[in-house]
Amino acid sequence: MNSYNWNWFVFFEEVATGDEKYYQWILSGLLWTIATSLVAWVIALILGVIVGVIRTLPNKGLVLLGDSYVEIFRNIPLIVQMFLWFFVLPELVPSNVGDWIKQDLPLPEFTTAVISLAFFTSARIAEQVKAGILSLPVGQKGAALAIGFTLPQVYRYVLLPVAFRIMIPPLTSELMNIFKNSSVALTIGMLELTAVAKQMNEYTFQGFEVFTVVTILYIIVAFTANRLMALIEYKTQIPGYLKGR
Amino acid sequence: MGDFDFDVIGRSLPYLWKGMQYTLTLTLTAMTGGIIFGSLLAMARLSSIKPLVLVATVYVNLMRSIPLVLVIFWFYFLVPLLGQWLTTSDTPITVGPDQTALISFTLFEIAYYCEIIRAGIQSIPTGQVSAAKAIGFTYSQQMLYVILPQAFRNMLPVLLTQTIVLFQDTSLVYVISGTDFLGAASKIAQRDSRLIEMYSFAAVVYFLISFVLSQFVKQMQAKTTLAKS
Repeated sequence: MNSYNWNWFVFFEEVATGDEKYYQWILSGLLWTIATSLVAWVIALILGVIVGVIRTLPNKGLVLLGDSYVEIFRNIPLIVQMFLWFFVLPELVPSNVGDWIKQDLPLPEFTTAVISLAFFTSARIAEQVKAGILSLPVGQKGAALAIGFTLPQVYRYVLLPVAFRIMIPPLTSELMNIFKNSSVALTIGMLELTAVAKQMNEYTFQGFEVFTVVTILYIIVAFTANRLMALIEYKTQIPGYLKGR
Repeated sequence: MGDFDFDVIGRSLPYLWKGMQYTLTLTLTAMTGGIIFGSLLAMARLSSIKPLVLVATVYVNLMRSIPLVLVIFWFYFLVPLLGQWLTTSDTPITVGPDQTALISFTLFEIAYYCEIIRAGIQSIPTGQVSAAKAIGFTYSQQMLYVILPQAFRNMLPVLLTQTIVLFQDTSLVYVISGTDFLGAASKIAQRDSRLIEMYSFAAVVYFLISFVLSQFVKQMQAKTTLAKS
């Protein structure tokens, strides 16, 4: 490794093609990574809860629908899903819609990345939601129905409040995964953190410095997400209920 | 959708099959390496030697907190330099994307398999270790004859699920232009301008393989829980 020229100041050099500095590149990549992941996370949570609840309902048709949803989005690699949304979908819809997607869709890479990540992650969340609801004693649902709750009320006031709390640890790892998975968006041309690192390495040949800094940034993001979820878990715990589980 | 060209899939099947062979090689290599070295790393994490625990823990947590794509780029950049250093040549050695992928995937997967195996080892009652010690087994005998056989039986479904995830993740060698199944499909898609056909076909193939395997794991899981109760 004696031929390697260390240069940690490379981040303060100007980008060859413009009047930006490299650290600004890295920062903008980091912001795209965070924005993509967080927007996708919110959509994934909503979809995941809906599909997860559907899979526990006493209606075989709906359960089958929910199960198929999960199997489809779980068994196709994320990168292939992104290609389907990005390259294939605009050709399958009516041509005027397809043309609009290809020409006028605002921030096409970002939007596609958010949609693919959201659907991909929602299938995993749906799995956790179902597991969370099924882990509750059946008596809970029975008792709630017996005192005259309607099925939506049973979910809203009895099952979901506890199921959500049980789900926090598995959801924590899903939140950490979504930040990592957002790096796949570089394949459809989004300049997120890993993509700018790759470009900066190609421009400067200072791979050690670039990848080290980006690795540390990902670790900070993962750690922050982890602590945030731990805080939510602590704040929402029911006194004396789920302790010692 | 009238102009969906099935013929392009038929014509390129031999090339796609070559890609699939590489995908399977990559999956099986990373799985084998992951399980073997993952077991060693899990034992290191559970050992009583502090520095060993520290090194293993840092490695596992590092690998698990960064994206696989970044790991692939790390090694795509590092491997030629390491090769140069090992062979003491003057210029970085050239390593193709396929070899780089084998190295990066194995090193990445070790961390994930390690955590599964660690949980598996910890699920074995401590009485088993004490009993093995009492009849005079050495550490490696305890592991080989008492702990690991039981642990692996318990964690087989989880190990296989991880392998399905790994099988899907191998498609990420696309980022260094590797010719795995997706890489092959994408090269034909771009050459013949048949993106819809090739990407849809790739999705169907990945889905079928992963779905069938995951159903198999589900059945196995049901069987092992039955045996335990």
